[in-house]
Amino acid sequence: MENFETLRMLPKGGRAVVKRISVGGEMGRRIRDMGIVPGTEFMVMGRAPLKDPVEIKLKGYNLTLRNNEADHILVQAVEG
Amino acid sequence: MASEKITVALAGNPNAGKTSLFNALTGARQHVGNYPGVTVEKKWGHVSLGGQEVEIVDLPGVYSLTAYSLEELVARDYLVQEKPDVVVDVVDAANLERNLYLAVQLLELGVPLVIALNMVDVADGRGLKIDPDKLGRLLGVPVVPTVARRGKGVERLLDEAVEKARRQKTWRPLELSYGSDVDQALGELTAKLGGVGPALSPLSPRWVSIKLLENDAEVQKQISRELQLDGQLDPMRHKLAEHLRLTMDDDPEGVIADYRYGFIGGIYRQAVQETRAHRLELSDRIDKVLTNRLVGPLILLAILYGIYQFVFWASEAPVGWLEGLFGWLGGMAEASLPDGFVKSLIISGIIDGVGGVLGFVPLIMFMFFVIAVLEDTGYLARVAYLLDRVLRLFGLHGNSVMAMIVSGGISGGCAVPGVMAARTLKDPKARLATILTVPMMNCGAKLPVYALLIGAFFAAQQAQMLFALTLVSWGLALVAARVLRWTVLKGDTAPFVMELPPYRLPTLRGLLIHTWERTWQYIKKAGTVILGISILMWALMSFPALPEERAAAWEAKAEAAVTEEARQEIEYQQGQDELAYSVAGRLGRALNYVTAPLGFDWRTNVALVGGFAAKEVVVSTLGTAYSLGELDPEDTGGLSERLAKEPGWNPLKAFALMLFVMIYAPCFVTVAVIRNETGGWKWALFAMAYSTGAAYVIALLVYQGGKLLGLG
Repeated sequence: MENFETLRMLPKGGRAVVKRISVGGEMGRRIRDMGIVPGTEFMVMGRAPLKDPVEIKLKGYNLTLRNNEADHILVQAVEG
Repeated sequence: MASEKITVALAGNPNAGKTSLFNALTGARQHVGNYPGVTVEKKWGHVSLGGQEVEIVDLPGVYSLTAYSLEELVARDYLVQEKPDVVVDVVDAANLERNLYLAVQLLELGVPLVIALNMVDVADGRGLKIDPDKLGRLLGVPVVPTVARRGKGVERLLDEAVEKARRQKTWRPLELSYGSDVDQALGELTAKLGGVGPALSPLSPRWVSIKLLENDAEVQKQISRELQLDGQLDPMRHKLAEHLRLTMDDDPEGVIADYRYGFIGGIYRQAVQETRAHRLELSDRIDKVLTNRLVGPLILLAILYGIYQFVFWASEAPVGWLEGLFGWLGGMAEASLPDGFVKSLIISGIIDGVGGVLGFVPLIMFMFFVIAVLEDTGYLARVAYLLDRVLRLFGLHGNSVMAMIVSGGISGGCAVPGVMAARTLKDPKARLATILTVPMMNCGAKLPVYALLIGAFFAAQQAQMLFALTLVSWGLALVAARVLRWTVLKGDTAPFVMELPPYRLPTLRGLLIHTWERTWQYIKKAGTVILGISILMWALMSFPALPEERAAAWEAKAEAAVTEEARQEIEYQQGQDELAYSVAGRLGRALNYVTAPLGFDWRTNVALVGGFAAKEVVVSTLGTAYSLGELDPEDTGGLSERLAKEPGWNPLKAFALMLFVMIYAPCFVTVAVIRNETGGWKWALFAMAYSTGAAYVIALLVYQGGKLLGLG
């Protein structure tokens, strides 16, 4: 398997494509319900005052999630 | 054509404009309640369409039908058990791709469906050209463009829904392909389930199979309850899961979700033309300031402070009017009823009790109004985002701060609207922890108690003392939350994956409906419980009455008094004797054994028992008990002087008492509200027990520790 970055590592303003969700159960289901699935492109909008949670924009809407959830989202950065 | 009533259920994602559509459809004719046994709101209303009676039921806003949250479970159970004639799925056109995820799940379920393509104006403004007819053809259901806030397309939507309900009487599940591995496993499971016939109706065996592969706990339970297939299905499921793990490093639910999105993506690309570039929308530009890492928290503080000021400023006058009204009613009863128990019951039990509830109504109304503004504009989600990290340290949630501030985070709040404000929390355990700890904040009713004791024993450092008490209450509430989350509310926090909806200007009508329905629920439900407890408290403090000869002796003494002053003194002593003889008085004396280590005497105990009715009562009962008769809680100067001179009282005891009052059992209005908000007595009783226990331990440590240090 290739190694990808996780969502936590991306800088503000960075763009990336979701490659894999490495968690199942309730958390995995919740992440997928909100539209984070392989192939989805998103942009990191910013982070809260203590760098957690993180806000991203995907499919035309804004979503926020905690870093420990972002850890399960493997991504590949997109240039530009 | 007159026919049977048609039931239309409204489903959709949160923030998709479902509430606006519901209001547009039903107008003022709507009802609010809770779903049986849970605190999720249930709203329904009636419309008549050319003689056809139509009932519209608003389902809770959900992202999916996975039964992951209480809302999802309620929505799914309603669809399966009540079988509405047609479901209208409200989708946000500007956020179509994600919104279609729920639509696809509704199609898979098979319910007769109509899609309301809502907020098409916003989508248009963002350069999204959606072809509703094409979208409808691809999904196989009618798609009606609407702008619910302005009532556009609403009539046509209702026509389509009624038409659909008449045409499609049976459920027709959409069958998607989830790739060969999953499809094969589904085939085997379906064959097995199909053999058991209509036991699953209205669900299709295939749908149940999908849910089994998705590891849906609810459906598993239902299957093992209703079908004798125990153990026969599990090997099939596990085989597939194992296979997928080996070949794709994924689980069945992940694969199924991915295929659903694949299906949606295909339809989306055909029916929607995106002309938008990657540009920031107005909402994102506002967020650049409001959720900025440096300025954001400052703006948040300013907004919270402003809200707090507004609510208490705006409600001050109406609360005063209501107090005046109940004072007047009490006066009327005082003047017109003959002396005796009936009079005492009506004045002290009923009028004071009901007055206590209704007196809060303006406060609650303004609080709900402000919360509705925060919610409807989208700012509340930002509050949670900004504060989540800090509050998570204590096992709470970003939204908890709202409840804490309202409850008295800035001295003078009230736990009643505070507990109700916790409704906006979606994480059930964090919500309970919030509800159970906010009564420790310094509400307005505790202030007279502090004023009395600080005035008597800490006159030199009044402001510092009050500030210290504010900090102590924040600290205690947070620590208590942490402890609860480690013990009775143990477990992982629910995932915090939350939508930040775009900022929107709320409609006044929506705000007023929101505010009123929640206020009315408070009046209706809290009213009944509180009246009962109020009468109980009255009885505790009135019965048993003094034996006749003792009462007669007091009467004789009073008549024999030479001066008016002496007569009053005797009446006060009589009052004290009556109190001591009542159940509350006996309780106070019995509690001596328990509270002696805290330095409290029996009269303090009675005051604390009375304080369960409302914390101000601590002051007025102390007044009665220390022979000062009826006392205005706002004017405590006389009692302060009296206590300062009283033997057995000292600053240490006063401090221990203030801490005890801060922490112990919430007042009965709050307890009644906790009962309503948590759906039963269990947590309300727990709140009383644990907080009184905590109050005891902390007061004990402070008093005994202080004595050891020679402070007493």
